[in-house]
Amino acid sequence: MEQVLQQLINGISLGSIYALIALGYTMVYGIINLINFAHGDIYMIGAYVGYAVTRFLGLGFVPALLISMATCSILGILIEKVAYKPLRNASRISALITAIAVSLFLQYTMMYFVKPDTRTFPDVLSSNKISILGGKALLDTKNIYIILITIVLMLLLQYVVLKTKIGKAMRAVALDKDVAQLMGVDINRIISFTFAIGSALAGAAGVLVGVYYNTINPLMGTVPGLKAFVAAVLGGIGLIPGAVFGGFFLGMVETLVSAYGGSIFKDAVAFGILIIVLLIKPSGLLGKTVKEKV
Amino acid sequence: MTVMKKKLLGILSLALVLSLLAGCTSNSSSNNGDTIRVGLNYELSGGVATYGQGLTEGIELAVEEINKSGGVLGKEIELVKIDNKSEDTESANVSARLATRENVVALLGPATSGNTKAAIPAAMQNKIPLITGSATADDITVDSNGNVREYIFKTCFSDSFQGVIMAEFAVNDLGAKNAAILADSTSDYAKGLSKAFKETIEKYGGKILVEEAYQAKDTDFKAVLTNIKGANPEVLFVPGYYEEVGLIVRQARELGLDVPILGGDGYESPKFVEISGKEAANNVYYSNHYSPMDDAEEVVKFRESFKAKYNKEPDGFNALGYDMAYLLKDAIERAGEASPEKIKEALEATKDFKGVTGTITIDEYHNPIKSTTIIELIDGVPTFLKKLDPK
Repeated sequence: MEQVLQQLINGISLGSIYALIALGYTMVYGIINLINFAHGDIYMIGAYVGYAVTRFLGLGFVPALLISMATCSILGILIEKVAYKPLRNASRISALITAIAVSLFLQYTMMYFVKPDTRTFPDVLSSNKISILGGKALLDTKNIYIILITIVLMLLLQYVVLKTKIGKAMRAVALDKDVAQLMGVDINRIISFTFAIGSALAGAAGVLVGVYYNTINPLMGTVPGLKAFVAAVLGGIGLIPGAVFGGFFLGMVETLVSAYGGSIFKDAVAFGILIIVLLIKPSGLLGKTVKEKV
Repeated sequence: MTVMKKKLLGILSLALVLSLLAGCTSNSSSNNGDTIRVGLNYELSGGVATYGQGLTEGIELAVEEINKSGGVLGKEIELVKIDNKSEDTESANVSARLATRENVVALLGPATSGNTKAAIPAAMQNKIPLITGSATADDITVDSNGNVREYIFKTCFSDSFQGVIMAEFAVNDLGAKNAAILADSTSDYAKGLSKAFKETIEKYGGKILVEEAYQAKDTDFKAVLTNIKGANPEVLFVPGYYEEVGLIVRQARELGLDVPILGGDGYESPKFVEISGKEAANNVYYSNHYSPMDDAEEVVKFRESFKAKYNKEPDGFNALGYDMAYLLKDAIERAGEASPEKIKEALEATKDFKGVTGTITIDEYHNPIKSTTIIELIDGVPTFLKKLDPK
């Protein structure tokens, strides 16, 4: 029983990282129907920015988080302008291939500059163990930070999308780009804004992971990027609550599979569930079935 | 004369000319009896250059000392050093060149198991003894059919041996018989260590309560570690490399899994502590070839002369290289003449050779039976704990 509680904590902290990355994926997809495979690498760059700021400038956790988010949002806008905008009316496969190219470009450019070896993140968050139920389970303060920051960012995002004017514009663009433009929405600005927010979230996730796991390397974005993509699809791609739900769901599944002796198969199970969900409910667990207009 | 005979004659005469030419080159270079030529096939550039350079430094220091004190059998040792660029194919080429054209009596190196395997065929074909001081794979001196490679010798312990030593350490020194294993499922190194550890623990009447696996580059180990904690082991064996093990140690301590963590020479890196953090790096023990904090007489002497020559502290590779050169000298002296065949026989008969990395006896499989150093991490500082002698 005590193990179950501990595993629950493990699963939720792993899941909140997936959720944070999945949010960015899902937003970009929701607005321009592009699977931005470079998203995982923006997350990696976010981690390196956080590393540089804390190690060389000696700043604390919160400034590092903010600077990293700002840098990543600028990078996101830049990538969109240079790589994706010229292809906005091209076929989806061209955009997808470009996204993969951007991903590889970011990975190996970083590798050239920062060298391929693993670096260790400075300890910027003090870690205190909190024991629950008389020491039956241990909760690290870092776990709490990660979960809280994920939830706060998600609520903030939900607020922006549902309650603000720019959020309304985003939803309009998502629904029908041409009509939105006719109604006077500046599409370029909205898309840039979407990329900025999505990339900022990835940057935040990068710093959190750097602090939580303590090691970063230029290829760290590949697997979490893929997992976050799975999480986004599981929950229903394009839906913000779906991404969060998918992230937590995936984290729990992986943890439980490892906990019950299948540590080697955890990825196989994660991707297996993706296949099953796509077969049974292609719109995702939280997705509504939308009738395609002919 | 038939066509066959003509062809044969042609080949024979060609071979004769070639052998004359080959004879010329080696005669002109040396072998006029003044020196004993020893071939060095090392990674002096490329990916694992630090290993090759470290071993070479140790060898050169030893040879310098030997020559100063009168050499071997009245002759000086001459080193023929060639770089294999850390590549398998290049290592095979260097080995062939040293064995056929440089007229060496023995080959030292390469450093890694992969490069050593590439160098083996040339040594075997030309019947020249090859000694490696750092290739720890189990199948260096014994081929896949279990036959001993006649001319190949190893002076470092094998991967599986570390598993045995650490299991004995757990049982005898820590009094722990109920162990858990968390191993890298993708590396042969980890598999070899786990298997030996498990067998030895069971031999002493202990039990492996739980055996879990991870993959290289994984970062989250909390689920498996929680599982391990639930099984309540007295000791956790994690054969692997510092990058993942550092994280495992950190996360284990975060989860309150405070049992001793044991491993092999893959822990040896300053990065280990950077990753795990100083606080977590306590109660961690691993086997290694050598410790600079060992205060045995040979080790102190070696450290002093090494520092005098290179102006830095020697590391494990320096020590392994140094031992290799002295072992060869010892073998040549016992052989009574510097011929590959006699040296091979003398190497096979090595018994209780006192080196800085331990006392070496070569067993029937051409592996050393030697003591192992156990290192304990105390607040992240690798500290010499003890030397374990083989039983």
